[in-house]
Amino acid sequence: MHVVVLGCGRVGATLAMALESEGHSVAVIDRNRESFRRLARGFKGKMILGIGIDEDVLRKAGIERAGGFAATTNGDNTNIMSAQIVKVRFRVPRVIARIYDPLRAEAYRELGIDTISPTLLGAGMCRDYLLGVPYRSVEDYQAVRGTPSAGSRGSAGAVPERSR
Amino acid sequence: MYVIVAGGGKVGYYLTKALHAAGQEVTLIEKSRQRYDLLQETFGDSVILGDGCEVTTLDQAGAARADLVAAVTGDDEDNLVICQMAKRKFQVQRVIARINNPKNEVTFQLLGIDETVSSTKLIYSLIEQEVEVADVIPLTALRRGNLELVEVALTAGAPALHRRVRDLPLPPNCALAILVRGETAEVVSGDTMFEAGDLIVGITPSTCVQAFREALLGGGVPTR
Repeated sequence: MHVVVLGCGRVGATLAMALESEGHSVAVIDRNRESFRRLARGFKGKMILGIGIDEDVLRKAGIERAGGFAATTNGDNTNIMSAQIVKVRFRVPRVIARIYDPLRAEAYRELGIDTISPTLLGAGMCRDYLLGVPYRSVEDYQAVRGTPSAGSRGSAGAVPERSR
Repeated sequence: MYVIVAGGGKVGYYLTKALHAAGQEVTLIEKSRQRYDLLQETFGDSVILGDGCEVTTLDQAGAARADLVAAVTGDDEDNLVICQMAKRKFQVQRVIARINNPKNEVTFQLLGIDETVSSTKLIYSLIEQEVEVADVIPLTALRRGNLELVEVALTAGAPALHRRVRDLPLPPNCALAILVRGETAEVVSGDTMFEAGDLIVGITPSTCVQAFREALLGGGVPTR
């Protein structure tokens, strides 16, 4: 499948290289040419210099034939806007936006944009590690109101153990 | 009316000032501490420090009871998120977004934000007016349906002269609304006949401007 990755930071570059090594065709978009240095020397995907909320740039990255799109810039709103454009206008089947602000991530999840919040994931996993309890599911970490409590801790026992 | 203005740059500053002067209740949201301090000198408690994209800030600003939210920061994506949050999370009836890239007008509409203002486009349309004297002059874009309010000056020799309006070959979804003749204005009816020098205010889909123009002024290059 063809995947377009927006943002060539640590996450974007790592994601792009992982997908490419698994045989997918990948295009990475970044507004700063310097960022592409994060990609391995042998990276065969496309590197597009431009702004991810610009449809012409997205087209250049092959968005019209893409099966997936990941918005991983460090700007929450850029990720939100580009993900919506890609989903609504180009009807790409799998679209994900990385959003640091947990409330914003939740709000857009309600609006039908799949989001991943590294803030909640990171904090939640560190917490579980420190307390010595099993890691939970992504959904569980990202439930904003379900900040770790005695209740969720009790239910964690029912979840099959991962990673440990 | 209670208005929330998000973004305390030049546009936000003067907008808040104008609304205050008009006696409206306004809260201005500004993200940068330094700018906030400056704005507070002028607006006092009407300014709050925070990010208008965040639910908590909008909540603090009283978005739940706001009649209108105007997102006027310098970043289109921020303005989109502010408007979407205001509309969807706080059910604000009317939201207006400032956009910099005129192309985003269509994108914003697609994503549920119908009212946008683009200074780039406004200035461009002014230049366009300069270029197309005695032609179809865009006055404003209407909120719905991609329609434009336009002004047409009928020059001698225009095919629309001395014919009933109902007989003019106007493209579909176009309407001629007001006739300005000399110093008087009247509503255009099917029986109205135009004369040289008449000014018409009409509405046309943006996609039909050329056909609209040809129906009234003919296919030639604008004169003058």
